Amino acid sequence: MNQVTPPPAAPLGLLAELTHRCALGCPYCSNPLELEARSRELSTDEWKRVFSEAAALGVLQVHLSGGEPALRRDIVELVAHCAREGLYTNLITSGVGYRPELIAQLAEAGLDHVQLSVQDSEPGSADHIGGYNGAFERKREIARRTVETGVPLTINAVIHRANVARAPDMVMLALDWGAGRVEIAHTQYYGWALPNRALLMPPRNAALAAIAAVEALKIELHGRIAIDHVLPDYHANVPKACMGGWGRRTLNVTPAGKVLPCHASESIPGLEFWSVREHALGDVWRANPAFQAYRGTGWMKEPCLSCARREVDFGGCRCQALMLTGDAANTDPVCHLSPHHDRILSAVEADGVGEGAPAAAYEYRRFTRADVVG
Amino acid sequence: MTAEPAGLADDARPKLARGVKLKRDGVRGAWVLLAPERVIQPNPVAAEILQRLDGVRTVVEIVDDLAQAFQAPRERIDADVRALLSDLLAKRMVVT
Repeated sequence: MNQVTPPPAAPLGLLAELTHRCALGCPYCSNPLELEARSRELSTDEWKRVFSEAAALGVLQVHLSGGEPALRRDIVELVAHCAREGLYTNLITSGVGYRPELIAQLAEAGLDHVQLSVQDSEPGSADHIGGYNGAFERKREIARRTVETGVPLTINAVIHRANVARAPDMVMLALDWGAGRVEIAHTQYYGWALPNRALLMPPRNAALAAIAAVEALKIELHGRIAIDHVLPDYHANVPKACMGGWGRRTLNVTPAGKVLPCHASESIPGLEFWSVREHALGDVWRANPAFQAYRGTGWMKEPCLSCARREVDFGGCRCQALMLTGDAANTDPVCHLSPHHDRILSAVEADGVGEGAPAAAYEYRRFTRADVVG
Repeated sequence: MTAEPAGLADDARPKLARGVKLKRDGVRGAWVLLAPERVIQPNPVAAEILQRLDGVRTVVEIVDDLAQAFQAPRERIDADVRALLSDLLAKRMVVT
């Protein structure tokens, strides 16, 4: 095989989307619009092989995600397998749709960390955003059970128009629920968030006020809770280092076994993603042309090509470049140097107008009826 | 004498917090410290200190052990150990 680029360094993390099934229907879900049916999911043995290959490849942390990963009947077995392979396991959970007793079983099996989503600090609003009555109380119980086991807890809160005024309250909720860490993440417009963008994007001044309040709490609560703050890139001037660079640090395996550089990369046409059903994970990482496509800096055009930040932000996000400029190899239009930067500004102007919870109905993340029945 | 940060007495017995793991990474041939959503690659000095955080040895014992193992001035080791521990205590990655 003619390989001009040197072999990449080993990946640090693997995001395992065990299933797309989930009781919640959050309108900003990062899953693709076309969800995988249960019948297409990898088997227990297939996932075990993926985790063993990941460990051999140099992966250190496995993020068990979905959908709701705890809906997999083999979740305890999979966690135990990862622990035996020396992998650090992180459960990314909605807290809904499974028995709370499961948390203690997972801790016993060697689970290292729980990341629990919370949709709002107001229970009624939280249940409305997730599209599931009673979700908030179930999450509180999962948090309580997690703290009881001693496994460290992170609360993850996605920020958008309906809850932006309560971003600081969600930090306090995380503290109150016993979390050692909280992620306050402003919505990124991929997956289901894109069709819902007009209902999700907060006005610029509301976003800035929330950012200032959370930054103040970072100082005030130093040493009591760690706050990770993911800022809204539509209001930024330089792009985020999406995934720490394409095919550079992490890989993602979908419920059906497709290996992706990031969870949104299937939105880029012309890339062929290999499956763990046909390829070893290490072969995909090293040789799949889709992983090579935007790896490093060789694919870049101006203004990225000559930019001093090209190995800082790697040109930002390929998916966002595609969605907003029509070419995934363009500079992420979030960058002020992008000739398409005005498209971000006009999106903010067009969508970032409403205050509080939107009156119109969200397009909730749902399977089609046929998939639910199947 | 190095100033003693609050919460780090000579007889404290530091250990890694639950959810924080030190691992010998065979692929990279290096020690790695794993924590929630974080991978830290400690320098060789830090790796030697981290290997001794077992919740049994005291801060003084760890410093003595390192000073002897590496034939290094005790004051310098003491400063390194306390600097690392106070940083990790603030990040809640080490408990005493």
